[in-house]
Amino acid sequence: MNLKVIVWRQKGPNDQGAFAEYDAKDISEHMSFLEMLDVLNEQIMEQGHEPIVFDHDCREGICGACGAVVNGVAHGPQSRTTLCQLHMREFSDGDTIAIEPWRARAFPVIRDLMVDRSSFDAIIQAGGYVTTRTGAPQDANALPIGKEIADQAFDAAACIGCGACVAACPNASAMLFTSAKVAHLGMLPQGQPERYKRVVDMVETMDEVGFGTCTNHGECASACPKGISLENIARMNRDLLTASFKNR
Amino acid sequence: MNLESKIPDGPIEEAWDKHRFKMKLVNPANKRKYNVIVVGSGLAGASASATMAELGYNVDCFCYQDSPRRAHSIAAQGGINAAKNYQNDGDSVFRLFYDTVKGGDFRAREGNVYRLSQLSVNIIDQAVGQGVPFAREYGGHLANRSFGGAQVSRTFYARGQTGQQLLLGAYSALSAQINAGKVKMHTRMEMLDLVIVDGRARGVITRNLVTGEIKSWVADAVVLATGGYGNVFYLSTNAKNCNVTSTFRAYKKGAGFANPCFTQIHPTCIPVKGDYQSKLTLMSESLRNDGRVWVPKKKGDTRSAKDIPEGERDYYLERRYPAFGNLVPRDVASRAAKKACDDGYGVGTTGYGVYLDFADAIKRLGRDAVADRYGNLFEMYQRITGDNPYEVPMQIYPASHYTMGGLWVDYNLESNIPGLFVIGEANFSDHGANRLGASALMQGLADGYFVVPYTIGNFLAKVDAGKGADTKHPEFKKAEEDVRGRINKLLSIKGSKTPDYFHRKLGKIVWDKVGMGRDEAGLDLLLEEIPKIRDEFWNDVKVVGDEKHLNQVLERAGRVADFLEFSEMLALDAKTRKESCGAHFRAESITDDGEAKRDDENFCHGAVWEYQGEGKKPIRHEEPYTFKYVPPSQRSYK
Repeated sequence: MNLKVIVWRQKGPNDQGAFAEYDAKDISEHMSFLEMLDVLNEQIMEQGHEPIVFDHDCREGICGACGAVVNGVAHGPQSRTTLCQLHMREFSDGDTIAIEPWRARAFPVIRDLMVDRSSFDAIIQAGGYVTTRTGAPQDANALPIGKEIADQAFDAAACIGCGACVAACPNASAMLFTSAKVAHLGMLPQGQPERYKRVVDMVETMDEVGFGTCTNHGECASACPKGISLENIARMNRDLLTASFKNR
Repeated sequence: MNLESKIPDGPIEEAWDKHRFKMKLVNPANKRKYNVIVVGSGLAGASASATMAELGYNVDCFCYQDSPRRAHSIAAQGGINAAKNYQNDGDSVFRLFYDTVKGGDFRAREGNVYRLSQLSVNIIDQAVGQGVPFAREYGGHLANRSFGGAQVSRTFYARGQTGQQLLLGAYSALSAQINAGKVKMHTRMEMLDLVIVDGRARGVITRNLVTGEIKSWVADAVVLATGGYGNVFYLSTNAKNCNVTSTFRAYKKGAGFANPCFTQIHPTCIPVKGDYQSKLTLMSESLRNDGRVWVPKKKGDTRSAKDIPEGERDYYLERRYPAFGNLVPRDVASRAAKKACDDGYGVGTTGYGVYLDFADAIKRLGRDAVADRYGNLFEMYQRITGDNPYEVPMQIYPASHYTMGGLWVDYNLESNIPGLFVIGEANFSDHGANRLGASALMQGLADGYFVVPYTIGNFLAKVDAGKGADTKHPEFKKAEEDVRGRINKLLSIKGSKTPDYFHRKLGKIVWDKVGMGRDEAGLDLLLEEIPKIRDEFWNDVKVVGDEKHLNQVLERAGRVADFLEFSEMLALDAKTRKESCGAHFRAESITDDGEAKRDDENFCHGAVWEYQGEGKKPIRHEEPYTFKYVPPSQRSYK
């Protein structure tokens, strides 16, 4: 199929940036979206121009490196699918596809579709862990954890840190990302000792690094390629409220 | 080249304990005076950085990704082995050790493998302590499954995302130490050279991928945790940016590179669809627990799978290996698939695919039970191929997945260059000629959490902190100049073909000649062809953009250039090792029934290559392997 591709091109963080239009020719329906961009980039380079810059690595939907807003939707039209797993069979011959980077104050554009997500790392560094020394833990089976709790903790821990939740949120809030980690550790016995300190530290950092507030749109959860649930935000708010009493 | 393995004397069960006691310690108050560089932030790099920082060392950790959480360890699906014997099915440290030595076809050191098996149990404790959500039984205890041909259930797992959960555990420990100020994390930085001063590894040269800045970093020791070189085949299950550059640069600075020809081909990946293909996707090996592998009995049969009656299907693994059936080890399953397709029985548009069929499992267990076990994998398969595996069999074909070869290290995981440690997939040590399923995560974390933090202390205790070199030292200046020169050269060629063109061209011929099957004539041809592709590259590569900005083409070009040199050593190693062993299958060395035949008399050793300079043939050294506890035998899965 042949497509018209409209891509955001921006040389650097201080460049103004603009959309550019390309014709992507002979695209196979079996290609992944990123393979379509690879083919387009080869065509752009043949003409001596610099290719479209985008983050990507594993290309199997788990590293969280890739992501762009495609026709207004983070990671494109297929639900619960990262951009690298989206395939061109979701599009038709003659389609126009508009591709933009994640747009959020806390995710400054580095170049084209590539953004700086180090603000996510900062949130985890503020407390998204169980403080434990290597070699210190007891035998793994000395701490039984019910299957249901383990499964729920896993569901929250499945977050890949791609940033689609932020891109989809009208407020560019990182509540879904932050709450997924807070909920994962808060549900498990290992996470209890630091539970109420963790939630406060992480939320404070989330605010400091420039993410917006949550006004319950729920766009984050529908954009999430891993199906992280809004329930986690409720869990985090509950812990935050409890913390306001406990930490006094 | 000094290849002393430093395996402690005495009974193998006590070796690591005794060794730990004998090693020198660094006074707790002095640890903060030492700086360590860690390159890579996967399971090995993140766990080592976090643990060394906990001990008190100052760590600089580098990764090329935008966050340490994205290292390719994250993509491991199936699980992690540990000799916990929670299932009471007869597992033990010795059995895991035995299985690993045998599975590696007797091409690894017994001492290292035994230690790995011992440490495996600590890893599970450590991960659970961090909050890694492993699968559990209803009673709350950890669940296990049997994996990759093991006769016991010793694999711990977190759905099909075990690597992700373990990496996020190590990343959380790393994040805690970054927060504490003990680890400085440098993201979007690529190591482009190793710096040696007075015979010791003293630092690295990096390129900041965003600004293009070339910078020197000095330390008291350097740890490489930079993964494997599977992308030499272009198409592999590795992440797109995985590369050989760090380890190959270290090799060019004098580190021995061991057994590069030991490359693992994973049997269950989604087959190649077209020329545009950028990578291959693995389907977890656990699928073989319930899926049945078959091809049509008739050559070139174009009927769709469901139109081929039961009697006209060849379940070739069950036929050839009745004892293990569909669960034979990876190397055996991969070669059998290749043979079926080479003989003309393959399926799919290219004829390079075999069926993995769940119809029987769905009949036996019900669709819900199958969905419970493999639901996420089936979804992923459908997303990529458009086919629904509940209704039509999957098509699979082997693909490059993991590399057992790597930089040579001794028992301390130190290379032949003092102060250069190599951990995880980047070293050559524990898996021999074939890695068993669920053992990569085990090795990466054992090296990072429990081995290198001890052994590096033994090294550091013998040197003065911070003395003898700084980034103004001529060796650093020279290395920086070399790196700049190379980048300028790549940019100045202004040829007509992109780096990817050369990578694909190289990958195709390397896969054909030194992929699953290898023979003398093919390897000779390959050794003639690689220099031609390399020459073409250095005369005709087109690198658009400049070096002062983010330039992914330039990054790619540098990595491809290293693969173009490295692949020659890989071919040379495969040519010299005239036996078949594990994943290394030489067509000339087979048993009467077509299986791999080892030659212990001539090749019971690790082959270690020493760089001799541009355009010169490297020297091959040997480290002999001796087996006291697991007597070498012919692997048989019949």
